[in-house]
Amino acid sequence: MIRHVVALGLLVLLAATPSWAQEPIRIGFLTILTGPLAAPGKEMENGIRLFMEEHKNALSGRPVDLTVLDTGGTPAGTLAKARELAEQRKVHVIIGPLAAFEAYAIAPYVNSQRVPTISPSAAADDLTQRKATQFFVRATSTSTQPTQPFGTYAAKTLGFKKVATIADDFAFGHEVVAGFQKAFEDAGGQVVQKLWPKLGTTDQGPYISQLRKDIDAVFIGFAGVAALRFLKQFEDAGLKGKIPVLANQTAVDEALLRNMGDEAIGVVSTMHYSAALDTPANRKFTAAYRKAFGTDPGYYSVGAYTAGLFLKQALEKVRGKVEDTDSFLQAVRGVAIADAPGGPIRLDRHGQAVHNIYIRRVERQEGRLQNTVIHTIEGVSQFWNYPEAEFLKQPAYSRDFPACRFC
Amino acid sequence: MEFWITQTFNGVSYGALLFLLAGGLSIIFGMMRIVNMTHGSYYLLGGYVGLTVIWKTGNFVLAILAGALTIALVGLGEYNAFLRRLGGQELGQVLTTMGFALIFQDLGLVIWGGDPYTIPAPAALSGSYQIGELFFPVYRVFIVAVAAAVAVILWVVLEQTRVGAMIRATVDDAEMARGVGINVPLISMGVFALGAFLAAVGGVVAGGFVGVYPGADFEILPYAFVVVIVGGMGSLKGAVIGSLMVGLLDNFGKAFFPELSYFTLFAPMAAILAIRPTGLFGRA
Repeated sequence: MIRHVVALGLLVLLAATPSWAQEPIRIGFLTILTGPLAAPGKEMENGIRLFMEEHKNALSGRPVDLTVLDTGGTPAGTLAKARELAEQRKVHVIIGPLAAFEAYAIAPYVNSQRVPTISPSAAADDLTQRKATQFFVRATSTSTQPTQPFGTYAAKTLGFKKVATIADDFAFGHEVVAGFQKAFEDAGGQVVQKLWPKLGTTDQGPYISQLRKDIDAVFIGFAGVAALRFLKQFEDAGLKGKIPVLANQTAVDEALLRNMGDEAIGVVSTMHYSAALDTPANRKFTAAYRKAFGTDPGYYSVGAYTAGLFLKQALEKVRGKVEDTDSFLQAVRGVAIADAPGGPIRLDRHGQAVHNIYIRRVERQEGRLQNTVIHTIEGVSQFWNYPEAEFLKQPAYSRDFPACRFC
Repeated sequence: MEFWITQTFNGVSYGALLFLLAGGLSIIFGMMRIVNMTHGSYYLLGGYVGLTVIWKTGNFVLAILAGALTIALVGLGEYNAFLRRLGGQELGQVLTTMGFALIFQDLGLVIWGGDPYTIPAPAALSGSYQIGELFFPVYRVFIVAVAAAVAVILWVVLEQTRVGAMIRATVDDAEMARGVGINVPLISMGVFALGAFLAAVGGVVAGGFVGVYPGADFEILPYAFVVVIVGGMGSLKGAVIGSLMVGLLDNFGKAFFPELSYFTLFAPMAAILAIRPTGLFGRA
């Protein structure tokens, strides 16, 4: 009897440990679940759900309260949802959003509200360069972080001299092409033609037939369905196998690759991740992801999962005391993880990830298409090999910078 | 020369694709005067149903038929339950059909997810014919052939048969048609279903070429309306010429003035409507 009383007393004592220990950590997750960007938005959600499940909804000994909101894919919608998270739900940290224009819409706001925000996807360079803010960090590449080393690789290793580019006519497409062009031309190559199909161009035919015949390769910068269409129509036009295709980080992403056919085989691309990456951490991650969702993880899911790893490490550093915003922010900005699914990753002083960039080739293995890693470039910074100060003095990468000197 | 042949061929094949879509709208909007904003959804859902069928059976022809018949039934349901009562009320039609378009958009997302897909075409339709230095993708030739077949069948049915005469009578003057013993409600239902059927055929065929993906419905809808309005309301010939014109303008615009591709497409449209407000072959 007396034993029971003591046990009961101990239980009461345990329950009375400081209140914050049981108070949940509130995480807001901004993604897109409706409209044309719903598919990547769902992948992003998968990434964070898997992370939370693996950690049994608890980090640093505190339960986690995850709120997933749909921004609808508009800047205004994203800002409204960010306000809801910060002011009504009083979240301690935000993970999201998906698109760059959404991130631009909320970055000043989360900074003024002092809510640390980890971007798992939005890639616009300037978010961590000329327009960087204290409370915004990124667990994924900038737009040009993979394409700059790829430009150098295309000129030096692949030995291409003349390349044409074709990319979606919006900020992301402009940036990926510009980064590729700058590094490619600095390494001795020439971009001789730049084509910009408008977003939503149904028929890529008119652009494909404009490609110059004297090029060594074509660089594509597509996000979403345009890539699917381009590769198919490129093959139909009899060009596959004649002109090698180089691709940016999203064009042959795993999320699209599973719906592609043989037309994608042989495409060489660049990214900070591949589901086929053969490391213990990634084998574990892809196995768990496949088991949970039946597909390979890609750009969006690995971004969200890595954002979860950032959060976990930062929380451990402050022993779960997320309420102490200053130390927590400092911990977030100091994140360095040795074994993320994409390999070692740390943040630079602008809050941007420094990580490996992989050159991959699409191959068919066991009946499925995958991005086989053929070359690894370790510890790539958002400034590539350029001195930071010099880089930041030049204009931001855009449709017109660098100018097309060889067109 | 090479450039002109390739671009013309591209333009004609894209025009053919537009005709498959606009042919149906020409019937529903042009002839029956129902402002149908759901037309793009018929195209998209047709593609999705075709995709499912081809996954299950691997049969492309079956996919086209199943997609088209399913969507014809969907269209029939929408017409019977809602649109029939809204004859002549454009505002009500726009609101109702717009609402359906949004519902179908969500439904597509729920059932098929948000991934973009390509409908795998049979081996006989992949690859390309090579003539000298020129490549003509077989699938584009196939699209032109399907569009031509549909145009001929429609023309024969509408202009040369008794049913066609009944349809024209119903559309021109429903009251008089009823007076001479034509079953007007039945004919109207049939015509609406036919329009939806054609849109879905377009959706499956286009699925092998531009893919099936969320957002395709509203991407393609303006083009269909442009074709019907410029070609002339209710004129089959207008829809054919209109499709070819839009396809060619779109193609050459993108080839010559890529920065101005919308301008080169829509400026001639505006000019045509300014000179001929009823469209190229429209009746007042």
